[in-house]
Amino acid sequence: MSEANDKVNVQIDGEWHQFPKGTRMIEACRLAGKEIPHYCYHPKLSSPGNCRMCLVEMGMPPRPRPGEDPPKPDKDGHLPIQWIPRPAISCANTIAEGMGIRTDSQLTNECRHGVMEFLLINHPLDCPICDQAGECRLQEFSVEFGTGGSRFREKKVKKPKNVDIGPRIRLDDERCIMCSRCIRFCQEVADDDVLGFTDRGSHTVLGVHPGKELSNNYGLNTVDICPVGALTSNDFRFQMRVWFLKETNSICTSCGRGCNIIAGAREDKLYRLTPRDNNEVNSSWMCDYGRLNFHFLTSEARLTDPMILEHRAHRIARWSEAVGRAAEKLKEFDASKIAIIASGRMTNEELFMARRLGETLGIEKIAIVPRSGEADDYLVSADKNPNTRGARLILGKKVDKQLKEIAAGVKKGTITALIALDENLLKCGFEEDTLKKLDLLISSHILANPTASLSHVVFPSTATVAEKRGTMINRTGRLQRLNQAIDPPGQAMDLWEILRDLAQALGGSNGVYLLEDVFKLMAGTIKEFEGLSLGKIGDQGLPLLKPKESIPLLERERERIEKGIIVG
Amino acid sequence: MSKANAINYKKGKEPHAREYRLVFKNVDRKGWDPGIDCYLQDGGYRELKKALLMDPVDITEDVKKSGLRGRGGAGFPTGVKWGFIPPNNTKPVYLICNADESEPGTFKDRYIIHQDPHQLLEGMIISCFATGANLAYIYIREEFPEGARILEKAIEECHQKGFLGKNILKSKFDLEIFVHRGAGAYICGEETGLIESLEGKRPYPRIKPPYFPAALGLYMCPTIVNNVESLCNVKHIIAMGGDAFAKLGTARNTGTRVLCVSGDVVNPGYFEVEVGHITMGELIHDLCGGLKPGRKLKAVIPGGSSAKVLRAGEKFKIKKGDQEIEIGIEDIPMDFDTLMACGSMAGSGGVIVIDDSRKASWILNNINEFYAHESCGQCTPCREGSLWMKKITDRITRGEASPDDVETLESVAFNIDGKTICAFGEACAWPTESFVAKFREEFLADTSEKYDDAILNPETELAAAHLSSET
Ligand SMILES: Cc1cc2nc3c(=O)[nH]c(=O)nc-3n(C[C@H](O)[C@H](O)[C@H](O)COP(=O)(O)O)c2cc1C
Ligand code: SF4
Ligand code: SF4
Ligand code: SF4
Repeated sequence: MSEANDKVNVQIDGEWHQFPKGTRMIEACRLAGKEIPHYCYHPKLSSPGNCRMCLVEMGMPPRPRPGEDPPKPDKDGHLPIQWIPRPAISCANTIAEGMGIRTDSQLTNECRHGVMEFLLINHPLDCPICDQAGECRLQEFSVEFGTGGSRFREKKVKKPKNVDIGPRIRLDDERCIMCSRCIRFCQEVADDDVLGFTDRGSHTVLGVHPGKELSNNYGLNTVDICPVGALTSNDFRFQMRVWFLKETNSICTSCGRGCNIIAGAREDKLYRLTPRDNNEVNSSWMCDYGRLNFHFLTSEARLTDPMILEHRAHRIARWSEAVGRAAEKLKEFDASKIAIIASGRMTNEELFMARRLGETLGIEKIAIVPRSGEADDYLVSADKNPNTRGARLILGKKVDKQLKEIAAGVKKGTITALIALDENLLKCGFEEDTLKKLDLLISSHILANPTASLSHVVFPSTATVAEKRGTMINRTGRLQRLNQAIDPPGQAMDLWEILRDLAQALGGSNGVYLLEDVFKLMAGTIKEFEGLSLGKIGDQGLPLLKPKESIPLLERERERIEKGIIVG
Repeated sequence: MSKANAINYKKGKEPHAREYRLVFKNVDRKGWDPGIDCYLQDGGYRELKKALLMDPVDITEDVKKSGLRGRGGAGFPTGVKWGFIPPNNTKPVYLICNADESEPGTFKDRYIIHQDPHQLLEGMIISCFATGANLAYIYIREEFPEGARILEKAIEECHQKGFLGKNILKSKFDLEIFVHRGAGAYICGEETGLIESLEGKRPYPRIKPPYFPAALGLYMCPTIVNNVESLCNVKHIIAMGGDAFAKLGTARNTGTRVLCVSGDVVNPGYFEVEVGHITMGELIHDLCGGLKPGRKLKAVIPGGSSAKVLRAGEKFKIKKGDQEIEIGIEDIPMDFDTLMACGSMAGSGGVIVIDDSRKASWILNNINEFYAHESCGQCTPCREGSLWMKKITDRITRGEASPDDVETLESVAFNIDGKTICAFGEACAWPTESFVAKFREEFLADTSEKYDDAILNPETELAAAHLSSET
């Protein structure tokens, strides 16, 4: 009985459903398979109910007047519904026992037609030159609820266009439908109340407060949630029509948070990263830094081919030749003289293959390069490596402390061969002179750098963002999947492939051909991965290790959910 | 209470014999000034002393019994509203006096504030005591600088006499009242917009539910918002008792009402009458001296510019006892329920009389211009629709509209009505709905079919030129 008390019976388009008390009408309808069109409502923001697009016809059981008989329930125990002539917004109102909702009635449809018409009369209708086209709510709902023609015969209201409101964002006030999502995001999520409306009525304009700009590290989220093309990203605007973008679910690798993202690419060029909902990681947001940290993929310094140092100069080599040379050289060393510098930017699979290489050769010294910086009070983690926790799990707890010992060993000459994976050694405690003393330096890099210049063999590797497949474990212990959105340039390969080839050249075939093989091996070796497969992880990731920190932004969202301010 | 015979009014400002001066008792009174001494000499603050000895619950009960309905526009029973403060409330309670008086055609609150500020303060202090508010605000429109100054002074005087501040008249009741000046927007009169404005924000009205002020008002605390005239009446309810007050006026439409008559009458002005005791015709012909010479009544907007217009010659069906009878415009008794039954409302008490020299389209356009200018712009239908309606009526008055435009105009109003956040939506839609419905022929006569296909938007013209050049 107590269970039933927490549930509420609602009739949606003639069918009865049960949903938890406190469910917003719009969410109840969604759960019942009836999407309600809306602009201003966003589950992570407060609900001002201003766009009026989610108006629906609503009814309640009739309340008997004094002396009147109470209404009689039908055979299933449901009371009749008295429909209310005034429509209700479904975004901010919660369901009540016996409520009826009609998402497709004449009244509901009239409301939608009306609001659509109102939204369009002063809209510039410049879809052909608007970046939002293709993912614009105004376009989408026009198709569904609009009419082909316009009854509007007046002059449209003129407003500022191409307004510079911050270093990364541009505003077109004529396209703005005044849903206030961006304002609420800045107030409620980013604590940077710089946006606001001025003027009144149809002349209302959005703008930044005088002397301020929208420059906080979360500002670009406003571009995502803007239902129209009023806010556009300087970085992305006019680069590519969105319908040409191939979307790949992945994660951001610019810090240990591992925000879930969608990578938008076309023909092996990455155009944008946008946040993907994950209420255990990043809610619906990501930071601007992480979002824009992909332009290095197309840098001129990008390594595309393996190189071999010969006669004091690097020459391009075929893949097999480079692998062969590296293996041949490594064989000359006693394992105690070799060390591996891996990276907290490597995937679990890559780290595992580094561990296997170490095991094959008997190398004991493996380190990663710690990378710490400042955390903010939102999402950004102080750990700038995306996979420190994976590295510690796979390579051992001390993996980020061993770096100093290895550096000292190189200096002393006890270590004479070094394998450096995607790390620029000159930035992590090694000096050029000591590195020059090494008898063998094998390294992999995404971009050419001084370490590559000093290496005897150099492998071109892929970037974590968008080019790799694999898994990582974020700061809160969640195992998440990276997916490949674009092909890497030239002969660049994932490190697990480079390491696989190297191990094979050193010790013969090891049965590893695919990423899935690596994962299988890993699952058989490390108990935390037991029973898992890449497929089982899914798009939302899995909790794998104990969280080591909480996520401030999510904590605050939880409070707001509890207070009923947001849906979540 | 009998009509005070001893009161003399300024020459030329004497109340009409049919008036019943209660709230306006001291307006235009000879030898009267807004100072506290004058008010005290006249027995002022006697009701406060009486109320402070009462149980607050009994005061609310008395206000309920009095049948007092809000004078701000909606006519909601004041005592019932006070009763909406959640019973187990632990937050502070606020009371706000709505002195934004901005509905076109309404000019009563300003006279009370200018000439009899202590009546308002006394009513407020009693109301605060009844509702448990220790902090109250008077939100006064920016355009009343003199009113704000007078109120500040009156509040200061109250402090000196111990009617405000701590432990008022040793009752252990504390109260502060602050005057807050608006910044010139009609929407600040809407109670939730007013509250936002008082909180220092744009006056965007809040959605109801959940933000009913009596539960979640100022700073999310229970807040009672009442009109100036409503609060003044509270003093008189204490003076005469709720039951006696309820005998004034008519059943369910009790007390008096200050009607503000403007427009095409010989003597426009304010008239305080018992609710429902005079008809529209009596108001126009007796109290206001009739229409201008040679003019015929065309229409009346009975409750501020947002009320639906009533056309002369229209037949209205109202209930009389158990019977339904048909009456004409001049027979309508001026009370809440009858005006509602006639399809309009008593609203803010602003009666706008229109004679046959006026064009319906011109009047509607004037009203539409006001609402288009004052829409706060928060919600889509009102923001876009109010300006659209204005642009259409503007063209109709210029003779540049087609018959289709009249149809569009009407449907725009319907698309606003009932679909907005606040009642401004209705306020701006009702004039169009009623004017077009009742003067359709006149509107159509102003249009011409030659504008059927006229392209009025220069952008459309440009686009059309492109289309034809490409074929
Ligand atoms: C658009 C709009 C404007 C309003 N303006 C006023 C106003 O100027 N003065 C006023 O007392 N009430 C005004 N009201 C009514 C208030 O919202 C509120 O109902 C009233 O102040 C309550 O007081 P009462 O119950 O004493 O009438 C307005 C309402 C709307 C929708
Ligand atoms: S800019 Fe976009 S998000 Fe902001 S109010 Fe306008 S339409 Fe809404
Ligand atoms: S917070 Fe970290 S993971 Fe999230 S977007 Fe920013 S850099 Fe990427
Ligand atoms: S109805 Fe008009 S005035 Fe009221 S909130 Fe909406 S836009 Fe503002």
